[in-house]
Amino acid sequence: MSSTGEKIRIVDLHAYYGESHILHGIDMTIMQGELVTLLGRNGSGRSTTLKSIMNMVGRRSGVININGTETIDMPAHKIAHLGVGYCPEERGIFSSLNVEENLMLPPNVRSDGMSVEEIYEIFPNLAERRYSQGTRLSGGEQQMLAMARILRTGANILLLDEITEGLAPVIVQKLAEVLVMLKKRGLTILLVEQNFRFAAPIADRHYVMEHGHIVEQVDKDELEAKTDLLNTYLGV
Amino acid sequence: MITASHNSFVFLGDFMATIFGINLFALSGQLLVGLINGSFYALLSLGLAIIFGLLKIINFAQGAMYMLGAFFAWMALNYMGINYWAALILVPIAIGIIAILIERFLVRPIANEDHLYSLLLTFGIALVLQGMFTHIYGSSGLPYQIPAELKGGTKLPFMYLPNYRAWIIVSSLIVCGSTWWVIEKTKLGAYLRAGTENPQLMQGFGINVPLITTLTFGFGVALAGFAGVLAAPVYSVSPEMGSNILIVVFAIVVIGGMGSIGGAILTGLLMGVVEGLTKFFYPEASTTVIFLFMVIVLLIKPAGLFGKEA
Repeated sequence: MSSTGEKIRIVDLHAYYGESHILHGIDMTIMQGELVTLLGRNGSGRSTTLKSIMNMVGRRSGVININGTETIDMPAHKIAHLGVGYCPEERGIFSSLNVEENLMLPPNVRSDGMSVEEIYEIFPNLAERRYSQGTRLSGGEQQMLAMARILRTGANILLLDEITEGLAPVIVQKLAEVLVMLKKRGLTILLVEQNFRFAAPIADRHYVMEHGHIVEQVDKDELEAKTDLLNTYLGV
Repeated sequence: MITASHNSFVFLGDFMATIFGINLFALSGQLLVGLINGSFYALLSLGLAIIFGLLKIINFAQGAMYMLGAFFAWMALNYMGINYWAALILVPIAIGIIAILIERFLVRPIANEDHLYSLLLTFGIALVLQGMFTHIYGSSGLPYQIPAELKGGTKLPFMYLPNYRAWIIVSSLIVCGSTWWVIEKTKLGAYLRAGTENPQLMQGFGINVPLITTLTFGFGVALAGFAGVLAAPVYSVSPEMGSNILIVVFAIVVIGGMGSIGGAILTGLLMGVVEGLTKFFYPEASTTVIFLFMVIVLLIKPAGLFGKEA
């Protein structure tokens, strides 16, 4: 497996839930160490794009190449083992497990994941509440747990869905710091984000989605020039 | 059970086994019967709870698999000379394999349909099995000897405890207890609990959920097979033994709360004892008391004694 170069390459991706056709031919490439966001309104297909990469949609077609491996026909449980960590929008903290059990739950997908000590150092709240039921945590703590959980597995391609949604500014700030730190370590991150102010300073590139298409690609040094365009697409 | 060794106690019984007008001999005898029935209830409802938890299937074939376990033990002994102790290991494995095939080829194709379909499917399997065994072996029941090592009994202050009956209680407790421990305290159990909540995300973490589901179904049904072997020497081996006990076990699962592992075990034992006590104090109600309990629990706490409120 190459440590540099393309981490995710998507060509002409179509995705369906039952009869409804959600993604209409997505093309996207993400390089190693990049932090890329998917921007767009609700229902534009951003979360579905992440779920399609994880093979969590009804049906999908096209090319999804992860770390050099074609995955379009791969069963869902094998995808994580390519080094992918997925954090769903609803966070997916298990109520029947305590914080530590939640943290230890996903199997390692690579050998160099963060140690539990390191994770508790980054997220001290989790250490304090390690024996609490997972869903008793505050929204922010649950989000940290959902992030910590995939960092422990050694995943180096992160798919993060709306991680700042509904969180207090101080926690959003903390998450931004964590993302910058992960990027410095060379992790590749695909971030679905509503909060443009959170994403703009830390991301390398932005894809803008609308009605299941990618309608615009914006590099970070084009942001100022394309502000008006983005505002139109995002309706801000 | 009246045996010769009772006689020395009858004398003692006249003297002190009657307190407050209650015959302690008879009472402890019924308590024992209750605990034995409760042991079977616990094993069967535990299997149902495990299967319901992960697959969301109400397995109506659980009683038929219990019957199959008893018949397999009888067939193994009479056709192949396989003794009780070997059957106690081999029969649950065989039943587990049958269950795995059922899950893979019959249940999974309809897994995404309404749960009514899987209920009808398992009900159909139960009817087919019961009909098949009635056709071949008749409905009068076959005898199965208590293994030589467990013949006889032990004298206790207020009762005579047959060894085999003690074995039923002990082995059921061991099997139920270790199953509870695996599910609640180990990593594998954490996979099961988490898979119950959000199977899709577990797949996303790289866990082969369909495989775990199949094995869980196999294990849950194997528990019924184990109970069947255990039951062969005490109840007669008959095609109806499964359908008779299953109705009660369903009531117990409802009382305990669908999908609660510890709840299924405790409620199983408890309802056995309640049934036994009723047999002593008011025998006419002993076959209905569990259903009465079910009605009361449904009225007061619809999620069951140990279930989580929806």
